[in-house]
Amino acid sequence: MATLSRRDVEHVAHLARLGLTDDELARLEGQLNHILEQYLVLADLDTDAIAPTAQTIAVENILREDRPGTSLSVEEALSGAAERTGDHFVVPAILAESDEPESPA
Amino acid sequence: MSNGADDPTRLHARDMAAGLRSGEFSARELVDAHLALAQRQNRALNAWASFDDERARAAADVADARVAETRAAGELEELPPLLGIPVALKDLVVTRGRPSTAGSRILAGFVGTYDAFIAERLDAAGAIVLGKTNMDEFAMGSSTEHSAWGPTSNPWDLGRVPGGSSGGSASAVAAFHVPLAIGTDTGGSIRQPAALTGTVGLKPTYGRVSRYGIVAFASSLDQIGPFGRDVRDAAALLQVIAGRDPQDSTSAPEPVPDYLGELADEDEAAAAHLRGLRLGLPREYFVKGMEPGVEAAVRAAVRDLEAAGAEIVDVSLPHTDYGLATYYIIAPAEASANLARYDGVRYGLSIREGDVLADYLATRGRGFGAEVKRRIMLGTYALSAGYYDAYYVKAQKVRTLIKGDFDAAFEQVDALVAPTSPTVAFPFGARLQDPVAMYLSDACTLPVNVAGLPGISVPCGLSEGLPVGLQFIGRAWDETGLFRVARAYEAITAAAEWRALEPADLGRLDDPSTPPAAERLTRSIAPT
Repeated sequence: MATLSRRDVEHVAHLARLGLTDDELARLEGQLNHILEQYLVLADLDTDAIAPTAQTIAVENILREDRPGTSLSVEEALSGAAERTGDHFVVPAILAESDEPESPA
Repeated sequence: MSNGADDPTRLHARDMAAGLRSGEFSARELVDAHLALAQRQNRALNAWASFDDERARAAADVADARVAETRAAGELEELPPLLGIPVALKDLVVTRGRPSTAGSRILAGFVGTYDAFIAERLDAAGAIVLGKTNMDEFAMGSSTEHSAWGPTSNPWDLGRVPGGSSGGSASAVAAFHVPLAIGTDTGGSIRQPAALTGTVGLKPTYGRVSRYGIVAFASSLDQIGPFGRDVRDAAALLQVIAGRDPQDSTSAPEPVPDYLGELADEDEAAAAHLRGLRLGLPREYFVKGMEPGVEAAVRAAVRDLEAAGAEIVDVSLPHTDYGLATYYIIAPAEASANLARYDGVRYGLSIREGDVLADYLATRGRGFGAEVKRRIMLGTYALSAGYYDAYYVKAQKVRTLIKGDFDAAFEQVDALVAPTSPTVAFPFGARLQDPVAMYLSDACTLPVNVAGLPGISVPCGLSEGLPVGLQFIGRAWDETGLFRVARAYEAITAAAEWRALEPADLGRLDDPSTPPAAERLTRSIAPT
């Protein structure tokens, strides 16, 4: 199994959308590698013929009735938002502004 | 110390219920007494994240009206067992109009817009929620030191941790702030703090309790369970929260037995359950690094069980040593997916840096604490391209082997008996700088989550003046069997000297010169 370099740690932090300081990255590099060493023990086991278990308690066909019910009101759904306008959450623009008219969706 | 006659907080929940029915005290008096104690001592203990005085008092008045009505009608026996009984919720149980932070800065100020299923159940049962308890951030930790709001102390020694992640619930129950509390257990987060605080804690079978409205950590492992000061009280709380809920598709359509109906009140009758009971002693659970005092207490408990008629069978769970690595791949992987939702847009902390990516990085980078970031990093790595098979799929295969160990053992025995934690409560800061040492706190509990089984921890004595926990592990859905054997153990040790002891540092909680828990942690990790 692999060892994590500083660049790997930065890459994983980016995948996880975690903004980390240089100190944090340095500390994590050491700690993550120490933890990954503990994982090596699993390589001792021959698991080629073993099926993976995702969920331990076998329950099947758990369905609910398809009946409409109430859900959160708009006010409730927006009650924790950092910023709202009307009935919407506000986030920074993803696309740069342009003079082109928006194409009809 | 004061006893139940003049201080109702010292009673078991069932005796509080009897006092309400006999008119010895009202639900309002019961709630006021508990709130006063908890609020007075929380500066030193830091077991609570928030209190809900106003609603608790209003609910108590409703309970009193109900008691009066049923008394007038001569139908007191119709009252539900937890009516008017104070309970605490771990700070990851969402309730409408109330804060839930899961111990995280990223949920500071978050107010719920709906009630968790178990909160609805508790309301319907007439139980009274006094507030929410401190915890390791997102339930990741074994000491409650990883809370954004400071650590919780252990009432047995205020310089030591109560275990975790449900350390606030465990300490609150141990310090008589509430007779009952809710915790969650992903790798030991109910049983280990129960062991370290001398309380009873049960992790039910995966799927026994609906997780609707619970802040998620690792979805194939998380389970909700009760804390109490004895087995019958814990069983009464599980009774109220267990069962199928259409809002959580992983809650199972298994019938819920009448737990209390299966538990004898008389010690002699309770102890009789041990005669001929086959209990497996897994040799791998006496792990390296186990404290001699803990091992001695557990082995003495096993001898007591044997002397009372249980047959002790030496069993092997050969893949136990692989549990830690398996758990620390699966749990962080699932956590990294669950915690992706904290984006600073819909709720919770939001740091605006100009563009969407920068907002995410800043909000998550500053909102999550060190342990949570470590787990997200581990999980993201284990699930990333090129490593998924080597780590995540491999761990899931080993999970099959670990579950197979338990299946084989339960062909020979009715339940397993083992230590809960390899050590007693450790001092603040002792394991904070070494994540792997902290992870070893759960070596004896996390295989149970990996296999989805129920486990209970009950006090079995003291080592160096600190509580030791005895763990029973059962077959899937056999919480009744665990309660019965745990109750039997209580019965055969009812006269033990250690049972009469209260947590040694309770007195210091009322001493104004006692420093707050956070100060003790800061002092313990300061360079000397």
